[in-house]
Amino acid sequence: MSATLISVSQARKAFGGLIAVNDVSFEVREGELIGLIGPNGSGKTTMLNLISGALGPTSGEIKLAGCRISGLPTEMVARAGIARTFQLVRVLPSMTAIENVMAGAVFARNRLWGPRAHDFARELLGRVGLMGRENSPVSAMTYIDQKRVELARALAADPQLLLLDEWLAGLNPSELLIGINLVRDINREGRTIIMVEHVMDAIRTLCGRCVVMNSGVKIADGAAAAVLADPDVIRAYLGDDDA
Amino acid sequence: MMGLHRNEMVVAAFGLAAVALLSLLPLVSEGFALSLGVNLMLYAAMCTAWALFSGPTRLVSLASAAFFGVGTYSVALGLDSLPFGALLLVAALSSAALAGLVGAATLRLSGVYFVIFSLGLAELIRQIVAWSQSRFAHKMGLYVFTDLTERDLYWMLLALTSLVFVVGWLINRSRLGFALRIIGDDETVARHVGIATARTKIILFMISGAFIGIAGAISAPRYAYIEPQAAFNPMISFQVVIIALLGGTRRLWGPLVGVVPFIILMEFITSRFPNHSSVVVGVAFLAIVYLLPDGVTGLLERLRDRILRRAEPGVSSTTRNEIGEKAA
Repeated sequence: MSATLISVSQARKAFGGLIAVNDVSFEVREGELIGLIGPNGSGKTTMLNLISGALGPTSGEIKLAGCRISGLPTEMVARAGIARTFQLVRVLPSMTAIENVMAGAVFARNRLWGPRAHDFARELLGRVGLMGRENSPVSAMTYIDQKRVELARALAADPQLLLLDEWLAGLNPSELLIGINLVRDINREGRTIIMVEHVMDAIRTLCGRCVVMNSGVKIADGAAAAVLADPDVIRAYLGDDDA
Repeated sequence: MMGLHRNEMVVAAFGLAAVALLSLLPLVSEGFALSLGVNLMLYAAMCTAWALFSGPTRLVSLASAAFFGVGTYSVALGLDSLPFGALLLVAALSSAALAGLVGAATLRLSGVYFVIFSLGLAELIRQIVAWSQSRFAHKMGLYVFTDLTERDLYWMLLALTSLVFVVGWLINRSRLGFALRIIGDDETVARHVGIATARTKIILFMISGAFIGIAGAISAPRYAYIEPQAAFNPMISFQVVIIALLGGTRRLWGPLVGVVPFIILMEFITSRFPNHSSVVVGVAFLAIVYLLPDGVTGLLERLRDRILRRAEPGVSSTTRNEIGEKAA
């Protein structure tokens, strides 16, 4: 069994009286692809924000490869090797596709610059299916293409851990298939991934393991098929009657 | 972004030719034209330096008068003990230090606090200088007597403007410039790709402030007698913002486009209607914000895009005509 890459222990985030993440603990091993699921408002995105350093935890600790990253500024967490995409896609609107991807390569772990950053970014654009679109302004791109650019930007940082926040949401069935294959390929190269997702087909196909949250609490953690059949999980999604 | 492109060589050649041409002005004219030239160069340097920071970050700084005043006073206070060149360095360092302090205090907060604080800064320093002068020196101002002529000042300001351009161009090509563009687009993304956003903004604010400080120092000999009211005049801050916005801050040379019409207009207004110049500044500001949100250069670029788009089908129809003629 491979080493633990990220360990979340007793992480808690309170916004005033609202406890969005309530003493959640879990671990992700190197090379794993886990799904972080749960009904709307269950604290998944807040959990992701704690890991990526966008938010600091109220209490608890998050470690990446044994080093504490909770409480560090966002940019230090990024440099430590965590990259992410956003629930509502965030591209850099004044720039071209390739500049967007280069943004990921220049300041993070691998700190590429000049022609090397350019070539690497072009390679990644090809990887996500945007070959030949390097100089398109991202503001003129479709939603799926912007999501691709965002994924390429995250990969450009050569992250130890990739966080995908509903990256597959809003895709049509054929795009979804392409997206699922892409995420699977990235994981097979050895990239550790945590994905927040609502698309259950994708969860079933991709994730070996799932962590389920409800109202800020972790309610299940285990193999995807077993977790999705768990009565507590079904109750959380569908209410008491269907459990 | 990588290597020297042919376009950049052409621009550099044009720039050098322009500087060479402009440096001839004091040889062919004196008096009014030269004085106007000094004013133009002064604002060319300050507005370009201002836009180095405020262009990419889109944070409007109203602190120019503070840096200008610090530069002016560096010369006034040190003239007896240090050579003029060293005083320019002192002006740059003290303005940069001030910018660093203000930046560290306010650039971590959201933009509004920064704008308000930058406006208050010049006034605060003006009051402190005025107070300490009357308290300790028992006088209102300081004399600055040098043997520098209007000509020398013009050349120094031309050199400063060129330096601001070279530095701005180097920044644009560097990681720092790329980081600033990302910050200007989306600060959240900037942090998530590993950019220390606050530190990046502070560094650039210091560079920009240092240049404005040097501009103030070079201007000191023009005043002969320096008072806080003149050195820290808030009109300097407002004019710098208006000129830079008029020209447009998206390109390095944008503010330059705003300098010529605005300074000539101000020269005209202050000589004809000396009591209404602030009204004109206000009206100009409103007009620019409403009519030219991206400045003159932004307007020109939009026009160019429109012409190019219209020209494309036109080009193909003329080629078709040519082919038709050849066939006939």
